[in-house]
Amino acid sequence: MKILVCISKAPDTTTKISFTDGDTKFDESGVKYIVNPYDEWYALVRGLELKEAHGGSVTTVTVGTAEDDATIRKALAIGADDATRINVKPEDASQVAAEIAAYAKEGAYDLVLLGKETIDYNGSQVGGMIAEHLDMPFISLAEKLDVDGTTATLDKEITGGVQTVEAELPLVVSCAKGMAEQRIPNMRGIMAARKKPLNVVEPTNAAKQTSFVKYALPAPKSAVKLIDPNNMDELVELLHNEAKVI
Amino acid sequence: MKSDLYTHPDYYALDDLLTDEHKLIRDTARDWVKKEMSPIIDEHYENATFPMHILSGLGEIGAFGPYIPEEYGGPGLDQISYGLIMQELERCDSGLRSTASVQSSLVMYPIWKYGSEEQKQKYLPKMATGEMIGCFGLTEPDYGSDPGGMVTNFKDMGDHYLLNGAKMWISNAPFADVAVVWAKNEEGRIHGLLVERGMEGFSTPEMHGKLSLRASATGELIFDNVKVPKENLLPGRSGLGAPLSCLDSARFGIAWGALGAAMDCYDQALRYSKERKQFNVPIGAFQLMQKKLAEMITEITKAQLLTYRLGQLRNEGKATSAQISMAKRNNVEIALNIAREARQMHGGMGITSEYSMMRHMANLESVVTYEGTHDIHLLITGMDVTGIPAFTREMPTKK
Repeated sequence: MKILVCISKAPDTTTKISFTDGDTKFDESGVKYIVNPYDEWYALVRGLELKEAHGGSVTTVTVGTAEDDATIRKALAIGADDATRINVKPEDASQVAAEIAAYAKEGAYDLVLLGKETIDYNGSQVGGMIAEHLDMPFISLAEKLDVDGTTATLDKEITGGVQTVEAELPLVVSCAKGMAEQRIPNMRGIMAARKKPLNVVEPTNAAKQTSFVKYALPAPKSAVKLIDPNNMDELVELLHNEAKVI
Repeated sequence: MKSDLYTHPDYYALDDLLTDEHKLIRDTARDWVKKEMSPIIDEHYENATFPMHILSGLGEIGAFGPYIPEEYGGPGLDQISYGLIMQELERCDSGLRSTASVQSSLVMYPIWKYGSEEQKQKYLPKMATGEMIGCFGLTEPDYGSDPGGMVTNFKDMGDHYLLNGAKMWISNAPFADVAVVWAKNEEGRIHGLLVERGMEGFSTPEMHGKLSLRASATGELIFDNVKVPKENLLPGRSGLGAPLSCLDSARFGIAWGALGAAMDCYDQALRYSKERKQFNVPIGAFQLMQKKLAEMITEITKAQLLTYRLGQLRNEGKATSAQISMAKRNNVEIALNIAREARQMHGGMGITSEYSMMRHMANLESVVTYEGTHDIHLLITGMDVTGIPAFTREMPTKK
């Protein structure tokens, strides 16, 4: 089975987010990047598990610049066989999906896996767009994926329960929590990653379709007022006159 | 379960000096510690037990002999990688780092440097995976800072050596498969012998009652007419310089490790100072708290620069024993001070196992003592700059 896993970087979860240029640009200075956890923990690891069970190969693909190579090496250290970086700075989901689809078309992959979203922009758009470009079925938010012959069976969470879906390969799957367990690379993997191919290919120059206009941080949490439980009148008075919620 | 929120302070952007692979190795060790060790360390510390099940995991992240070449089963990494792994382990607990440093620097290192080809092939690959664990016997009950006075000795019996004596304060002794034992031959020359568990007359009783390094196993090595095969002698080097060169490697790891403990204490103190409120403001708003934090990060940054440069020198084979002594002494001292200050900043909470400062503080009392005491390292620096050794003196006679 030929598996393609889309890998994206995302700022470390402890990053202090700030903007520059009149709130039109994300300030990347001093930001530490990690592999987007949904791509790493769920899409990549499930891809590796399927390869271990059925044979085949796992290739990763990333749309990005040389600054992304460190996160790509981590994916190789965890166990991917080889990696490709499409050498262009990602601008929006449409551009990323078009670039990945153009690359994937050449590879005749049975499965294209990616995280349900990146933890920075939370767009959840790329998977569906890739599927459309490749004319493949797309299953989003899958938390379980098994393959028997050419048929994939997937579980996805729905409100109040779980839906089981079947689809024929090839297909595109966006992976959610529960799909696999995080794998920490071991030293053998880190050493092997030194020698695994990281191919850099030039982009098709797909156009972006959207532009970021402005960023804003969430409003800071307001201070909490503690009211003595014996003083219900004060609470009611504040809720009525100050918070104006009753 | 409490979550491990650790992120390392990097005030001078030292990460920019590390390679991508250094950072991957460090982050791997950190992820492993957070997943496998942080949830269980307090329990093992309180019960004074060593978590035996983690040995293979330590092997997988490369904590056992990171610089051992690939031909002997190691990953062949540089000295900065070794330092970073030790830093992440001691960030969690000095006992955990001790287990890894003993295996790496005091057992694998001498076998790699002074062992025969057969010895290297026999021991190193299994030690790199954690399948085989080693310990190092130098210190004796009456010879600590003065190891050259050791009484443990061996006699040439023709087809084997006969080993007698005892070693004390030996990390990993209770479960080690093999001990690198330093003993004098009949001419009084110090040699290294590989003594395996199961050899008749060799026992390793565990030492109890430690109030420090409780999650690491410490014991004695007792040799009562142990017949050691002649091929178990390390052929490559003899004299006190041989064990001392192993200590150079271990002290280098301690310099990085103790700094890890300091960074953990600072990280918690900084977070706590922003969360804990007194007089309606976060305690971090008070000048006396800021003084503590500012001094901590200053000392940590200086120590980071010291260790990084020492790593470069060691990579180039240029680091002197005296330079390593300075880093060990400095970093353990600042770690102890930072652990104490950070504990104070946490008030009453600081004495509970909810936070790691008190455990670090107690552990570091061992670290400041072992592998050359704080004072001995001072004398090493003193000797290095003056050229005059001040370790011994004549006993004054009564007039």
